[in-house]
Amino acid sequence: MNIILCAKQVVDVAEIKIDPATKKPVLAGVPQKISDMDKNALEEAIKIKEKHGGKITVVTVGAPDAKERMRELLAMGADEGVLLTQPPQTDYHMIAHLLAGAIKKIGSYDIILCGEASIDMFSGQIGPRLAGLLNIPQITYAQQITVEPTKVVSEKNLGEKSVTMESPFPVLLTVTKESNQPRLPSLMAILASSNKPIHEWSTTDIVSQTLQPKVQTLDVKGIPMQRKNIIFQDDLDQSVGKLVNELAKVGVLR
Amino acid sequence: MVLVYSDDPKLIAELLNKASDLAKQLQKKVIAVTIGSEQHAKDYIEHGADVVIIAQTTQQQFKAEEYTSILLSILKEHSNEIVLIGSNKNGKELASRLAARLDAGCVIDATNILLKDKKVTTERVVYSGNAIAVEQFFGSPQIITIPPRVFDPLPKNPNHKGEIIKKTVDVEQSASKIIKVQEMKSEGVNVEDAQIIVSCGRGFKKKEDIRLVSELADVLKGRTVGCSRPIAADLKWLSEDHWIGLSGHKVKPKLYVACGISGQIQHIAGMRDSGVIVAINKDPEALIFKSADYGIVGDLYEVLPKLTSAIKEKIG
Ligand SMILES: Cc1cc2nc3c(=O)[nH]c(=O)nc-3n(C[C@H](O)[C@H](O)[C@H](O)COP(=O)(O)OP(=O)(O)OC[C@H]3O[C@@H](n4cnc5c(N)ncnc54)[C@H](O)[C@@H]3O)c2cc1C
Ligand SMILES: Cc1cc2nc3c(=O)[nH]c(=O)nc-3n(C[C@H](O)[C@H](O)[C@H](O)COP(=O)(O)OP(=O)(O)OC[C@H]3O[C@@H](n4cnc5c(N)ncnc54)[C@H](O)[C@@H]3O)c2cc1C
Repeated sequence: MNIILCAKQVVDVAEIKIDPATKKPVLAGVPQKISDMDKNALEEAIKIKEKHGGKITVVTVGAPDAKERMRELLAMGADEGVLLTQPPQTDYHMIAHLLAGAIKKIGSYDIILCGEASIDMFSGQIGPRLAGLLNIPQITYAQQITVEPTKVVSEKNLGEKSVTMESPFPVLLTVTKESNQPRLPSLMAILASSNKPIHEWSTTDIVSQTLQPKVQTLDVKGIPMQRKNIIFQDDLDQSVGKLVNELAKVGVLR
Repeated sequence: MVLVYSDDPKLIAELLNKASDLAKQLQKKVIAVTIGSEQHAKDYIEHGADVVIIAQTTQQQFKAEEYTSILLSILKEHSNEIVLIGSNKNGKELASRLAARLDAGCVIDATNILLKDKKVTTERVVYSGNAIAVEQFFGSPQIITIPPRVFDPLPKNPNHKGEIIKKTVDVEQSASKIIKVQEMKSEGVNVEDAQIIVSCGRGFKKKEDIRLVSELADVLKGRTVGCSRPIAADLKWLSEDHWIGLSGHKVKPKLYVACGISGQIQHIAGMRDSGVIVAINKDPEALIFKSADYGIVGDLYEVLPKLTSAIKEKIG
């Protein structure tokens, strides 16, 4: 089974601070990590490999320092990495073309796994876009994935409904956070991962056409969150009394 | 043209409002597309569509590959600059796949669309609710998904005239199959429309204790209980229709009470637009207090019964 995992390096959104003056997020110095659901996707890949054998290749479009984060995935159980340098200006259209190009260059694949969305931008475009470019079936929001020799069966979580889908290979799945608990690599595995290859490909190796973004980010604005922050913490009965009075005053008790 | 599609008729009505507004500024027409069903075509015209295309197909159930091929064949005949798609889970994967097939730009979950220097410009929330990204499109078509309740539907105008076109479409079949559709356990709550929500988080020790939250919700006449992700997704104490946050429901009640919820950014992303926010947490350093108007530092097992009876007394 040839499995390809698309993994993105993201800023750790929980560590983002807001500049008090501009109200904009301060991204400089925020630690980077592999997006959470990409690790869930890798966990699925490892389980498939344990059952059917095969090879797991991780593909990332990102900055050169993404290599360090990719090592974590190799330690968890991926076999090889491919890092494509991210062009200075990108959008989903370009990233999807770069990933599709890399996957075509890798050659043979049965299953492509993505996260349901990345934790920083959270739009979940890349998976379905990639499936569209490769013209293969897609199963989004996948959980409870079962792989058989000729097909994949997976539940697709739509919140109010669960749809069970089946597809022959090749197929692309996007994996939810609920699908599993990603393993932590052992110290042995961390040490051994330094011998696993990470290939660095330049974007010109991958796509012949000149890629131009279709969407450009003009600005990233802060979201003002003005709250009163009145916190009662003395005597409990008094606190409750004061809170009820305040709520009555602002008119939410009727 | 400005094309509108969703599998949710309510969402189409909302999208038609923005579509009509954009169409007016750009002097274009509004097309609404429905797949399979003729049921709401008249309504869509009264909500602002100039043309309703009913795609006639044997395709009953949603598969992104096949719905993409239906929209592609409609888009081939009607040159559309702007495509607005309702942002539910089906809509998002459809829009993304369609964008790939057309090599088009796409913005998911836009909360605003405007024309800046005549170019389509969108706003959407990024970094788990920490910021708004302003995006602008180059070239067309421009594909945008819009979540429920971002725009209100226009009131129905029975004088608005439009044309209904039935169109048979050939669908490129997908190799995938749907083998089972199962309704998920749901308690039928609608947190998105609720005016008052009392939510619980991992500060609760066991499922039965959620009763404390329902009782407060009852005296507040809100009756709506929400929860953080772990309560619905991991512990499964409540069904997913209670789940609030980035990956759950986005709510804007007049009053939101968060009990035993730490206030991680992904939870805040779902409730930050609430009118008044109250937090109850035993940890004075809990993040939730930063996002709250009022807070009580204390054990929820003591605070909630007292608060419930004090409010009961106050309202009578
Ligand atoms: C603030 C801001 C807003 C932006 N908004 C837009 C926009 O609205 N439209 C637009 O076209 N571009 C936009 N971009 C451009 C940028 O290219 C995207 O943020 C980025 O390409 C990936 O999007 P995502 O994280 O949302 O991916 P998602 O589609 O949410 O990611 C889903 C999955 O796809 C895979 N994946 C995603 N990216 C990569 C990658 N680089 N390498 C390997 N696998 C990957 C992973 O498996 C991931 O779990 C924006 C950039 C910024 C900084
Ligand atoms: C991509 C992504 C998406 C996510 N989406 C969502 C989402 O949509 N919604 C969501 O909610 N989360 C989401 N999360 C998870 C989020 O990061 C937090 O983990 C989660 O919100 C924490 O839930 P909690 O506050 O109930 O639990 P905890 O963080 O464990 O907090 C429990 C709180 O209860 C307090 N407490 C304990 N005992 C008592 C007591 N007796 N009395 C009073 N207080 C007490 C504690 O002080 C603590 O603050 C997401 C995470 C990721 C990475």
